[in-house]
Amino acid sequence: MDITVTRRVTTKFPLCVRQSFDEIHTVSNMATIVTSPTDTSQERPAPKPTRLYGLMAEFETPGDLMAAAEKVRDAGFRWWDCHTPFPVHGLDGAMGLKRTVLPWLVFGAGATGTLVAFLLQAYTNSWNFPMWAGVWVHGYPFLISGKPAMSLPAFIPVMFELTILFSALATVKLMFLFNGLPMLYHPLFKSNRFRRASNDRFFIVIEARDPKFLPKRTEEFLRTLGPTSVEAVED
Amino acid sequence: MTTLSHDSQLGQMSDNTVDRPGERAPLVLNMNTFGQVTATVCRVNEAEKAPTAWYIAFAGALGLLSVLGACIGYLIVTGVGVWGLNNPVMWAYDITNFVFWVGIGHAGTLISAILFLFRQKWRTGINRFAEAMTIFAVICAGTFPGIHVGRVWFAYWLFPIPNQMEMWPQFRSPLLWDVFAVSTYFTVSLLFWYTGMVPDLATLRDRAKGKLQQVGYGIFALGWRGSNRHWHRYERAYLILAALSTPLVLSVHSVVSFDFATSQLPGWHTTIFPPYFVAGAIFSGFAMVVTLAVPARELFGLKDLITLRHLDNMNKVILVTGCMVGYAYSMEFFIAWYSGAMYEKFAFINRAFGQYWWAYWIMVSCNVITPQLFWFKKIRTSIPIMFVLSLFVNVGMWFERFVIIVTSLANDFLPTSWDMFTPTWVDIGTMVGAFGLFFTLFLLFCRYLPMIAMAEVKTVMPQADPHGAGAGKHGHHGHEKGHH
Repeated sequence: MDITVTRRVTTKFPLCVRQSFDEIHTVSNMATIVTSPTDTSQERPAPKPTRLYGLMAEFETPGDLMAAAEKVRDAGFRWWDCHTPFPVHGLDGAMGLKRTVLPWLVFGAGATGTLVAFLLQAYTNSWNFPMWAGVWVHGYPFLISGKPAMSLPAFIPVMFELTILFSALATVKLMFLFNGLPMLYHPLFKSNRFRRASNDRFFIVIEARDPKFLPKRTEEFLRTLGPTSVEAVED
Repeated sequence: MTTLSHDSQLGQMSDNTVDRPGERAPLVLNMNTFGQVTATVCRVNEAEKAPTAWYIAFAGALGLLSVLGACIGYLIVTGVGVWGLNNPVMWAYDITNFVFWVGIGHAGTLISAILFLFRQKWRTGINRFAEAMTIFAVICAGTFPGIHVGRVWFAYWLFPIPNQMEMWPQFRSPLLWDVFAVSTYFTVSLLFWYTGMVPDLATLRDRAKGKLQQVGYGIFALGWRGSNRHWHRYERAYLILAALSTPLVLSVHSVVSFDFATSQLPGWHTTIFPPYFVAGAIFSGFAMVVTLAVPARELFGLKDLITLRHLDNMNKVILVTGCMVGYAYSMEFFIAWYSGAMYEKFAFINRAFGQYWWAYWIMVSCNVITPQLFWFKKIRTSIPIMFVLSLFVNVGMWFERFVIIVTSLANDFLPTSWDMFTPTWVDIGTMVGAFGLFFTLFLLFCRYLPMIAMAEVKTVMPQADPHGAGAGKHGHHGHEKGHH
């Protein structure tokens, strides 16, 4: 482990030590630090120096994870995450996550739906000017059972439905978009151990791009949090 | 996991229908680890072969599906005259089936959305396949208006698509509201179902042995990796979807009831219809969930996740909504008399004692009398009895729609325009065939998709609480520190 930058650092967790990615490049074969005897993935030979993605610590229970997450948060890391098989209650606070703005955008989408539905119905059933919508179209106000052409009460059900439809589509699309999904490839998927993140294990991953990340220091730090294993994940 | 002794005892308890003050009844039995939940649910999808009963059921479902296909094909090439419709009874089995299937769907949304908002934790065991049931039921429902329009190749006229004919749908008609309500309902239910399933698809992807499963589940899992930053937005989104689906589900059957209530026909033109239809929909939907859950939990070994308590709770919902439906039946009669409207009074007396009296009394005995048996806990917790009763409710609710639709149309204001409706073999074949479509989809779902929301079930286990029993030696201490 020939990491010049760690030698330079003497304090335990310096406020900010910026590393360029070139320096991280020199971190080859970091995978030797894995402790668990059952894992064999770290023994595969690295043909050439690869870039370190981050360090992954594994925990057995949500309680252990939560305690560890609070410490990682307090240590001032920014590019880090917890990976859990289910949403752990209170972990957002333990990680210091800010509330998502998603609901506000959904509100906007819903309002758009209401407006679109109103205009659609008003145009097609109440107004009579030509408009280009793929082809030239006309509104068609016609009299039926004495109802006025602009019958707002009769338009309400469709306005309601499109409000819901637009909101729901926006909710799901924006949620996945903000989460950066779909993303079928991710460095973490290289780890066999990480497969249990969707089953019964809890992980903390600190990424190498974090300004405070120092391979050795960070590994030592993660070990103090009581994980069952710490593994280096390559990009 | 040595600190779990208390919860372990709870977990081993075989009868979780007993309420003990100050204790939460366990919703997952005989399991103490998250891994056990994963293994139990995934076993269904990962098994080399499905249980023999699955193959038999699937063959039967495919048989019925082909009946549906044949009947629809015959209808399209010949015309709607192959049904027993006549003038005045222009709606009969087609719309009965439509309303029946839309109604079935409502329980899925009630479980997934309304019970979620009410923090009813027991929903986690049953929500996934109840939502699946919703989607498949809405597919069945959508088939019927699609084929009853006569010239099915013009079915796209239902939607406001810009066209060179300068022709638009009539937005002042409840039938068009229905198009929007049902298609929105289908889309939102599908989104809700799929969003809920993504973490579980990731589980199947991570456990996959073969390349095909890994890629297949992998694509639909969208690269989900359980990141808590993702979970944070995911939970918000899920809550929003629940909040959107709740008024939506109430609106859908209300709009379906507007198809009738906004008309002038005696027996249809009543203000009680929207709430009465919604209660009936939830009633029939829960009966269908019980009908499906009872064999599914036996067949796929899910008794520890869909426990007797879940079934007991569902039977209580059936009892409550059954009472509402019974109340609506009697209130309809009362209002018919109280209104003093001659035709209204006749319509209801004719329903009970006219030529369709047998349909009316099947409806009353199945929907009003049957659920009353669920007052008894012995019956609520008896698997064979609840299964039979749920079938009765399904039958009764089909007849409810038949009675409403056909009796009002057959005998309206003018005796000279009265006529009887008799179904043809195509009517019956289409009705039975729709069950084939439903069960084909449902059986495929059971085999290839996670039938129980694993990620959600894990959250209701005591071990999932980072402050509770599940917290290891570091957990509690660490958290305390974090707050000081």
